Amino acid sequence: MGVLAMFASPNVYADGSPPPNATEEPQSLMVHVVYLGKAYPEPQPLSLMQTIPADGGVAGAKLGAEEINVTGKFLGRQYALEIAMVPADGDIVARAKEVLATKPSMIVADLGAADLLTLADLPEAANAIILDARTIDDRLRQDDCRRNVFHLLPSRAMRTDALAQFLMLKRWPRWFLLKGVGAQDEAYAADMRRSALRFGGKIVEERTYSYNPGARRVDTGFQQIQTQMPLATQNAPSYDVLVVADEADQFGDYLPYNTYEARPIAGTQGLVATAWHPSFQEYSALQMQHRFTLFAHRDMTERDYAGWLALRIVGEAFIRSGKTEPADLRAFLRSKEFEVAGFKGEGLTFRHWDQQLRQPVLLAQALMVTSMSPQEGFLHQKFLTDTLGFDEPEAKCHLAP
Amino acid sequence: MPSRAMIGSIRALCFVAASFCLVAFEAQASKLFITNERDNTVTVLDGESLSVIKTIPVGERPRGIAITPDHKEVLVCDGDADDITIIDTDTLAVTGTLETGPDPETLALSPAGDIIYVSNENDSMVTVLDKATGKVIARVPVGIEPEGLAVSDDGRIVVDVSESTSMAHFIDTQSWKVIANVLVDTRPRIAEFTPDRKQIWVSSEIGGTVSIIDSASRKVTRKIGFDIAGIRPELITPVGVRFTLDGKTAFVALGRANRVGVIDTANYEVKRYLLVGQRVWQLAFNADGSRLYAVNGLTNDVSVIDVAKLDVLKSVPVGRLPWGIAIKP
Repeated sequence: MGVLAMFASPNVYADGSPPPNATEEPQSLMVHVVYLGKAYPEPQPLSLMQTIPADGGVAGAKLGAEEINVTGKFLGRQYALEIAMVPADGDIVARAKEVLATKPSMIVADLGAADLLTLADLPEAANAIILDARTIDDRLRQDDCRRNVFHLLPSRAMRTDALAQFLMLKRWPRWFLLKGVGAQDEAYAADMRRSALRFGGKIVEERTYSYNPGARRVDTGFQQIQTQMPLATQNAPSYDVLVVADEADQFGDYLPYNTYEARPIAGTQGLVATAWHPSFQEYSALQMQHRFTLFAHRDMTERDYAGWLALRIVGEAFIRSGKTEPADLRAFLRSKEFEVAGFKGEGLTFRHWDQQLRQPVLLAQALMVTSMSPQEGFLHQKFLTDTLGFDEPEAKCHLAP
Repeated sequence: MPSRAMIGSIRALCFVAASFCLVAFEAQASKLFITNERDNTVTVLDGESLSVIKTIPVGERPRGIAITPDHKEVLVCDGDADDITIIDTDTLAVTGTLETGPDPETLALSPAGDIIYVSNENDSMVTVLDKATGKVIARVPVGIEPEGLAVSDDGRIVVDVSESTSMAHFIDTQSWKVIANVLVDTRPRIAEFTPDRKQIWVSSEIGGTVSIIDSASRKVTRKIGFDIAGIRPELITPVGVRFTLDGKTAFVALGRANRVGVIDTANYEVKRYLLVGQRVWQLAFNADGSRLYAVNGLTNDVSVIDVAKLDVLKSVPVGRLPWGIAIKP
């Protein structure tokens, strides 16, 4: 629950009338938001051009907090964002309990699936509102869904559906699926198989590729890669697109122009489904990119977008609902009245069955956004964006109001 | 501006006294000025034939456009050039530029035409310029991503909407202070006074509504929603708003719904949806209000609407990503 606090005077009221008594400070509702993250070890990207920012996600959340405070200042709402980071070997339970003891209005969780469930299942978190700004795991939207968790980023299934729709629109329906050995790679492959079934694609070949990149900063080795990648991709049945499932970026970025046959690459490398891309400029996204670069002095990543979006969701929930109790706010987030603008040309809303944010998904390559799904012609009786991911009839999760 | 029938009779007369009438007709010819965001140009169409008279190079990313009250100049916001291009409406020559501060998206003029108001989209400001000298009179902080501007008849109040803050800000032009902030639905785009000045209509692109704000109380008194058979609600993205001269009918461009909504202002009911091009953005009437022009961003054209019949007559190709429109009577 928010805490009422005396706050420095905004000189106007929401309705524009002057303050009733100039000596009386107007009351402002203070909303306390905690960003709870963990410093997971991140693999170094294969490309020297890619870096993983130390403040990924956090910078987006901080900018989002600044933005909602602009609106809030005019309407008697102030938002305080607290950043709580757990070290890589730290105890998430202890830190989560400390955070929950302060009764934050909402928690932005920058946590992996296991830690997110740990947080969500704490008895103290039963009435919390947790905005998941990191995971893409389907199981958190299916068997392991939780009523106190809202998911902001597109799930893995939404991503493979977004890609599959585009490949079908291009009439490139035959896919060679090359997957890494990680559990996430198998999950991606499973989603790609599901997308193929949904949209009429065909996986003509599926292979597991085990490759240990070892040291990623070496000044030789291209000769070896140039022989290894064709070997990994030769003798396949006729196919249109090589779909790579390599979430840890062990080898996927080596594939373009190195396949045995001349084929485009898509999946976790090549053409990638994502919620945000630094080159995205449609639907006023250009202004967001400018604002973020001024704020953080670097490009805006997908995790920054999720952090930013989380705070915008906090702002919309408080301003539009006029409520402060978690139960009321949760009901509002799940309602038709809630929507948040995220530079996708339409309001974004939560699916009531699994509390996943509905959204169009970008398809981007290194330097450009190529397309945005859902694609033309993929229809749905309610929301076109519900053609992406687990729709209500196939969902294993049906959260109660 | 003469009506179509009048022009017909002028032409008939010209047949008899060609030289004199030719001059008279030229002086009266109306012109349409359309900004092409992608092309960095302004397309000038002849108001009668709708043929392209000239394509004028301007600064980078032209969007907002307005004509001076004396109709002698058209001003164009060049978003990425941080300035305004001034175009002479007779010679169609670029006669100058004015510096505006970062990323000017839209502009509006005072009733006398001596003051220019500019929304600086990237730094949450409204910049106030003296038109004669180009000097900055004031910089007024508003919400994030300011866009549409509307000026009251007496010039005392400027309404600016900020997209990312979802508010209409009322700026007092004596003190240059924001005196009221009105929350509207998500991502407001345009503010427009009704002809009787009693209301301000604000379109909300993502909210999918038009909020009606009472000018006196500065409160939202009503919201108008749109419901189009076969169109997803999330694709209904209102932007441009215009009223007929008598104030009885409002036209609202509905963006990705590819339609213009026609609203009866007596009962606020949407009585018709007119199919136009893709991502319809801004609207403008000709001088006598018989034609409404709708600028379609993704189909690179302008739809011509017969206002009396509520009929879309034709579409006219212009440059790439057309955005705004101003009309010289």
